Amino acid sequence: MTTTTARGAVPARKATGTGTGTGNAAPRRRRRPRSDLKVALFFIAPALLGFVAFYLVPSIRGVYLSFTEYSVLGDPTWIGTKNYTAIFADDLFWNAMAVTVQYVALNIGFQTVIALGLALLMHNVAKSTFIRGALLLPFLVANVIVALLWFWMLDYQLGIVNEIINWMGLPRIAFFGSEQWAIPTIAGVNVWRHMGYTALLIFAGLQSIPNHVYEVASLDGASPTRTFWSITMPLLRPVLVLVLVVTVIGSFQVFDTVAVTTGGGPINASRVIQMYIYQKAFGESDFGYASALSVILFVILALVAFVQMKFLKGNESDLD
Amino acid sequence: MTTSALSRKKPVDHAPAPRKPVNWRRVGAWALVAVAVVVTIAPFLWMLRTALSSNASLASNASNLLPADFSLGAFKRVLGLQSPEEAIAEGGSGAAINFWLYLRNSVIFATVTTAGQVFFSAMAAYAFSRLRWPGRNVVFGLFLATMMVPPIFTALPNFLMIKNLGLLNTFAGLALPFLFMTPFAIFFLRQFFLSMSREVEEAAMLDGAKHVRIFFQIVLPNAAAPLATLALLTFIGQWNEYFWPLLVGQDESVRVLTVGLGVFKSQSPQGAPDWSGLMAATLIAALPVLLLFIAFGKRVVNSIGFSGIK
Repeated sequence: MTTTTARGAVPARKATGTGTGTGNAAPRRRRRPRSDLKVALFFIAPALLGFVAFYLVPSIRGVYLSFTEYSVLGDPTWIGTKNYTAIFADDLFWNAMAVTVQYVALNIGFQTVIALGLALLMHNVAKSTFIRGALLLPFLVANVIVALLWFWMLDYQLGIVNEIINWMGLPRIAFFGSEQWAIPTIAGVNVWRHMGYTALLIFAGLQSIPNHVYEVASLDGASPTRTFWSITMPLLRPVLVLVLVVTVIGSFQVFDTVAVTTGGGPINASRVIQMYIYQKAFGESDFGYASALSVILFVILALVAFVQMKFLKGNESDLD
Repeated sequence: MTTSALSRKKPVDHAPAPRKPVNWRRVGAWALVAVAVVVTIAPFLWMLRTALSSNASLASNASNLLPADFSLGAFKRVLGLQSPEEAIAEGGSGAAINFWLYLRNSVIFATVTTAGQVFFSAMAAYAFSRLRWPGRNVVFGLFLATMMVPPIFTALPNFLMIKNLGLLNTFAGLALPFLFMTPFAIFFLRQFFLSMSREVEEAAMLDGAKHVRIFFQIVLPNAAAPLATLALLTFIGQWNEYFWPLLVGQDESVRVLTVGLGVFKSQSPQGAPDWSGLMAATLIAALPVLLLFIAFGKRVVNSIGFSGIK
């Protein structure tokens, strides 16, 4: 149940594009020939208004703005692809990309491994809802709050973490204040916030693996390690891929934690791409340039999702 | 939470012990679980410990596990119950943080957007799951496709629109983009509506009931549980929202807590930040979510995975 819902999103989109209905969630038609268009318009009107006004039109306008120079004052002037050529020659953009990719790699790498471990523990050992709830807690607290909490705990002078480091006889670390530590620190904070949530997503996937597969394996005398690699991982793959796609996309858009703690610094060390967009738009009132940056971010995210789905074969199950 | 924790944990803790030889694999696994829970919970306790300390004494007791110089001053300071002189004496900033105002703003913002979003999304989900109309699947596909669009991509044009409408620093400007729908909410509810039995609805239809009546009197009450879950998740998400209010709600009169906390952090008097005050503020800001979680935790936990991915 759990995974079909989550996975349904992808085939459903595909189906509308190619016209090859997978039968996914298509409601059984009643035999009434008439259409409910008028009633439907009534029901859909508010959502449609929201969709058109705050998703569709802004998306189109965002693409348009990316080809203009626009400083909020006056009207946008069309400048063709100048923003894009400028971006590709912009060292700060490449720096932002490098910083973001570094963040995503650290964040997703640790988060996924830890979450997989936690999910296995939730599935096999600690089955209580209370423990699952406790591990989910950080995810429910605002990014800003989590960031401030760790900003305090990792403080150079008074933070408890540095107190412990000091007590162990090691030199104190300027977690948010040094160029080489800023990104790993922010990545770590968000691993802490997301690991329980990610674990729950994977846990839901684990639960959808039918028991009889495991029974057969244990009858055959398979070791737990063998069972994990030959049964759990292959059967979990579609869920894992979906979790990866979603967490990677989310990770690329990291902003709140950076904005509250380092503001992009020290120097450019933690100026992630969304921070750069924000600063261009609201710091320098360069909406054309900022729009072009966000178009590029959008394209990157779409590519990342596509590549992950394609190469990890996220929409095929091995359970056949 | 603590009581249920104890009552539920005890039997589990003792279960592996008796009779059988010690299963080291299990012991190791439980040790890992314990580490994970401690790592998750300890920072919250540290937040509480700091909030109950006097800020002036934090420096000399940095590693003491108990509150340094126990004091409720930080909470008083945040809630505006302390005079500036007292505040400065305790190591706080003399500057007032308008906490009550931000709290009110957060409540308005989160409640209004949650109510609107859940209700309008339910209406749309009804149209997608119960009504036949040309273009339905195309429109639904378009809605779903927007799930892939990163918020920053639409945030800039939306900001410009709200600005052009003269709605910067108003509740309308804050709420509008969230008020009508999110693709996720519609998808989530449509999925439930499709799985619900239609017998009652069809009988009502034969009796001549109109769709509006069926929606209000049959579908909504029957979907109360998923609607509540969705409302809960939406409320938590809106309560925690930072980016959009940062863009359009900078003015004091509509500033929400998340934005307010960021401002509070940056006003450090004479170099030393008011850590106690900051932790007291974050604790109070997190409180509504913590309370909701204590009350409805099971529902939230079980909805993850089902809701798939938000």
